[in-house]
Amino acid sequence: MGTPEQDSLVSDNGQLGLFQVARKAFTDSAILDAEYDAVFNKCWLYVGHESEVARKGDFVRRIVAKRNLIFNRDTSGTLNAFFNTCPHRGAEVCREPKGNAKHFQCFYHGWIFSAEGKLKSLPGADRYSADFKSQDRGNLVPVPRFENYRGLCFVNFDQDACSLEDYLGNAREYLDLVVDQSAEGMVVISGQQDYAIRANWKLLVENSNDGYHAATTHATYLDYLANTHAKGNEVALKGIGRELGGGHAVVEYTAPWGRPIANWIPSWGEEGRREMDAIHARMVERHGKDKADRICFKNRNLLIFPNLVINDIMALTFRTFYPAAPDYMNISGWALAPSAESEWARKYRLDNFLEFLGPGGFATPDDEALESCQAGYANSLETGAGWNDISKGMMDPSYDDEVQMRSFWKEWNRRVAPAAGHAEQGVA
Amino acid sequence: MNLPTRSEVEDLLFLEADLLDSWQLKDWLGLYTQDAVYQVPSTDLPRTAEPDNNLFYIADDYVRLEQRVIRLGKKTMWSEYPRSKTRHLVTNVRVLGTSGNDILVHAAFAVYRTKWGNTDIYVGSYDYGLRRDGDGLKISKKRCNLDLDGLRPQGRVSILL
Repeated sequence: MGTPEQDSLVSDNGQLGLFQVARKAFTDSAILDAEYDAVFNKCWLYVGHESEVARKGDFVRRIVAKRNLIFNRDTSGTLNAFFNTCPHRGAEVCREPKGNAKHFQCFYHGWIFSAEGKLKSLPGADRYSADFKSQDRGNLVPVPRFENYRGLCFVNFDQDACSLEDYLGNAREYLDLVVDQSAEGMVVISGQQDYAIRANWKLLVENSNDGYHAATTHATYLDYLANTHAKGNEVALKGIGRELGGGHAVVEYTAPWGRPIANWIPSWGEEGRREMDAIHARMVERHGKDKADRICFKNRNLLIFPNLVINDIMALTFRTFYPAAPDYMNISGWALAPSAESEWARKYRLDNFLEFLGPGGFATPDDEALESCQAGYANSLETGAGWNDISKGMMDPSYDDEVQMRSFWKEWNRRVAPAAGHAEQGVA
Repeated sequence: MNLPTRSEVEDLLFLEADLLDSWQLKDWLGLYTQDAVYQVPSTDLPRTAEPDNNLFYIADDYVRLEQRVIRLGKKTMWSEYPRSKTRHLVTNVRVLGTSGNDILVHAAFAVYRTKWGNTDIYVGSYDYGLRRDGDGLKISKKRCNLDLDGLRPQGRVSILL
């Protein structure tokens, strides 16, 4: 077994069954710059869900790839994403995290913009040329590309990017399995989990659909499940990993925990069983038995390249995250649910969510593991300690193998290696 | 109901802080009633938000709180093994009145957590519900309202606030 070429960042050697990633990909600030150039400035990035701006005039502020955006629904009902900066001298025109507004006013010099982004008025308008307002110079600037797939809204800072639908490609099948959980539409539940991890952002990409770590990292959670809710529930962790193209990937599997759509566990009692049976029956009616069983009884951890993770597991969570430095990322997480679910189902969904997910859940050892990896990369200058191994299951990928990570890394390498001045492929 | 004095309440809250900082978590849990709740809301939620319909960071009933304590005692609880050093500062204690069986108490806190060379500060207010228990008091509710814009850079609430 040889060492990959020093110049490459990712080494994919199918013959040897060996896939390696250079650890400098997690530590090098020049690579972080290249990631902004070649990934975050070129890819479709999740900005929010349509339910977060359900009524005309609703807005939220969002930080996306270092940009400060306004995501809103204007007075005609159209969804928009604007750069949150006054075209005059730059101040933010929206300084509240969320709300409802027919217009935005820049507090610096008093320019006022409609929810459609048009300059409505400015103090001292008579001191501007007659053409000033008609030139659109004074309007809020929309993000170059803004599209939505069944209510999931994305932006792209590259005017020439392909359509969102083409970009999502094979991943749409899995997004549909989320959106199709409700005939009335999905909603983001209020309460946004903002947090940080002192580790490289790609460590969270890997972790978010890593089935291999469950038995050790989450030993205490699995003990807890076995001792409490899932007592007597003998469902095994079992399934497959799939590469979806474009860097997107998914693992789909059965698991011992309950799912609010709609996998009953004994601790939910008879009321819970009736709820789950009714949800399942409605799914069968709408989608047929095969798809209904898949929605209800299978778990999915989905990665939309580069940084949207949709975990449809013991609850449904969306999370997205951006690096502030090679060893620091900011994360935002949300819980989604069918808009019309019962009070019982909503309560148990959130209870299930908090049991495992988020910065207070029993999965917090993940965050510690990522920080521990980052600390370990301090050794990457030494011979033999410079490469991560991502080779598990190169022959026949199971849910707890690493095909989904290889999918991410191949696309990452295709985009970043040239931008960072590295060879695209290195084989020992 | 006779309201306890502030110093009686402070004795309880300062004992609680000391048990947490010395990692005597089973004794800490002993300060709580069997139907107690322990909550840390997400930082963008209003003070009236309830966990049945809003996403919190933590919303434990007694069963899960007990499991949290059991977990924190295990070496396989990687996020707190090795353990953090913590210091709970509790101040501005006010006994507000009663609601049903509960005595309502409000206080301010700053919790310092040090691990791997980083010291993070969790700052906010506590809403307590207390109950008479013989001559003493027990805790039936602890809600930790963070005065933060998120857990940045704190990252997680793997310790008890």
